[in-house]
Amino acid sequence: MNHSKLAGRRIRVLMWDRLATFGFYSLAVLICLLIFWLLFTILSKGLPEITLEFLVKLPEEIDPGGGIGPMLFNSFYILTLSLLISLPIGIGAGIYMAEYAPSNKVTEFLRICIESLSSVPSIVFGMLGLAIFAEYFGIGLTILGGAVSLAFLNLPMLTRVTEEAVRAVPNDLRNAAFALGTTKYQAIRTVVIPVAMQAIVTGVCLVAGRAFGESAVILLTAGLSTSGEMWDFNLFSPGETLAVHLWYVQSEAIVEDARQIADKSAAVLVFVVLFINLVFRIPLWFNHRKIRK
Amino acid sequence: MNTSADLTDPPKGKAAGLLLSKQHNRRQQRARLASSFYHKYLLFSIIALCFTLGLVIFFIGKTAILTFQEVSFGEFFLSLDWTPEEGKFGAALFIINTLSLTALTLLIAVPISVLLAIFIAEIAPVRLKTAFRPVLDLLVGIPSIVYGYLGLTVLLPLLREWSGQGLGDGLLAAAIVLTVMILPTICRISDDAITAVPKKYREAAYALGSTRLQVIFRVIVPAAGRGIVSAVILGMTRAIGETMAVVMVIGNTPQLAKSLFASASVLTSNIVMQISNVEFESTWNYALHMMAFLLLLISVMLILLIRVLAKKGGAPS
Repeated sequence: MNHSKLAGRRIRVLMWDRLATFGFYSLAVLICLLIFWLLFTILSKGLPEITLEFLVKLPEEIDPGGGIGPMLFNSFYILTLSLLISLPIGIGAGIYMAEYAPSNKVTEFLRICIESLSSVPSIVFGMLGLAIFAEYFGIGLTILGGAVSLAFLNLPMLTRVTEEAVRAVPNDLRNAAFALGTTKYQAIRTVVIPVAMQAIVTGVCLVAGRAFGESAVILLTAGLSTSGEMWDFNLFSPGETLAVHLWYVQSEAIVEDARQIADKSAAVLVFVVLFINLVFRIPLWFNHRKIRK
Repeated sequence: MNTSADLTDPPKGKAAGLLLSKQHNRRQQRARLASSFYHKYLLFSIIALCFTLGLVIFFIGKTAILTFQEVSFGEFFLSLDWTPEEGKFGAALFIINTLSLTALTLLIAVPISVLLAIFIAEIAPVRLKTAFRPVLDLLVGIPSIVYGYLGLTVLLPLLREWSGQGLGDGLLAAAIVLTVMILPTICRISDDAITAVPKKYREAAYALGSTRLQVIFRVIVPAAGRGIVSAVILGMTRAIGETMAVVMVIGNTPQLAKSLFASASVLTSNIVMQISNVEFESTWNYALHMMAFLLLLISVMLILLIRVLAKKGGAPS
């Protein structure tokens, strides 16, 4: 009696387990299909028609056939500048939170600050940039303003990914390093960071990719126009990026081939982001494999 | 230089010990100096971070507070009438729209993404796992403006056909776009949290005769709770603050969203549509800043709330 009841329960539990496994698999397949469908839609519409000329040519206001040269350049320029500002600070803060922060009220407060900051919508950073650079310093919409505001946006994200990565390093490794008589700094530099490197680089790539495609901040701080020439390194010229250009073409442009330009710009955007992610991570995968073996 | 001299001609006896210990001391001192310098640098970074938050609050808040010179507190937060041209600044409708959009998005996104994270971390065989993670990262990388563009050119026609009414834009379209956007965020971080659960928990649960389903929902998910909660926070953050994707599919009419297909406007979309067209020294601009400040407050409050909940739930810290 009791025995058969137990058996019945076991069968039921096992059946649920099978069912759930099946459910999980179908969900995963669905999501996978969705992802590839999305990428295919974006890339297939734009990529086949992209020519080198399109990538370096100046945009046209009225005639069809304009390019995206200055915007593409600005995108990379602003991304590089913002990472130069935010990487040292973001990674430093992340390491501090993971390794040094004592568990007390102050740390708790710092953590709330970081989480709040990372929850601040990008548009708010855009308004901050607008208030600081356009109103307070009165230099208008510039590449510099865009880069600094973008760095503000990157900071908390970088801190979080670094902290997660460093925290994930097993404590045994640290203790082993300390046992060899290292100082905390030496242990972090020679043991913790190399181990956490893969996760940190992954996180930085994600942040960089997002910054590359960020539009709300740039729209408000770097503006909807370019200086009209290629290779303009001047920090104080207006710096419309590719993502903003997509918005502009889509909403305000009057050129005939706006739709094609939008399609192609979207494809280029996605392609570059994927490229950033791949190029920086392939060496890490190989490294990882070597360690595994 | 010193060391090479020592190597070629090792001093003997007491002197050697003294010299070595002196050297040792110096090295130690240098290491300590580097260590403390490093500590200060890290401390500086974290302070810079907090300074940024202060900057945001100060600059946005300073302008935002000017709103109430001309608009009463009650009108701003309770009135549903937003016609700045006639001096009516009722922001309640944007607030309500933002909240309902976020709720709708989370309703769709959280179950899907957490289940997917569980699948990747626990169920998928290793080879599938290593294939799936990078694929999800691809999705994170797609810029929000591209999501908006896709929503506009692909999703809206679909919704239009399916619902048979209006343009297809509105809360549902925005929520679907947002779901796709925050899915990888939530999923990837939950996945990391679940993977970080110590193996011995699993082994102990299996040793007690649990099925995989039981292990997942009674041991692993509770153990990874903190990470999953922070994943949801990050996803929610993105949903509340997302601007460009939403602005392209929600319709941008300042009215309360009474149905899923009614053209509406949320805090972020309204700000970005209007801010470049207003004078800096105008109540309109102040009101927009007040809305940005509200966004800030909402997200900070949500984060505090979730922290309190996590503490009460006794999630392992």
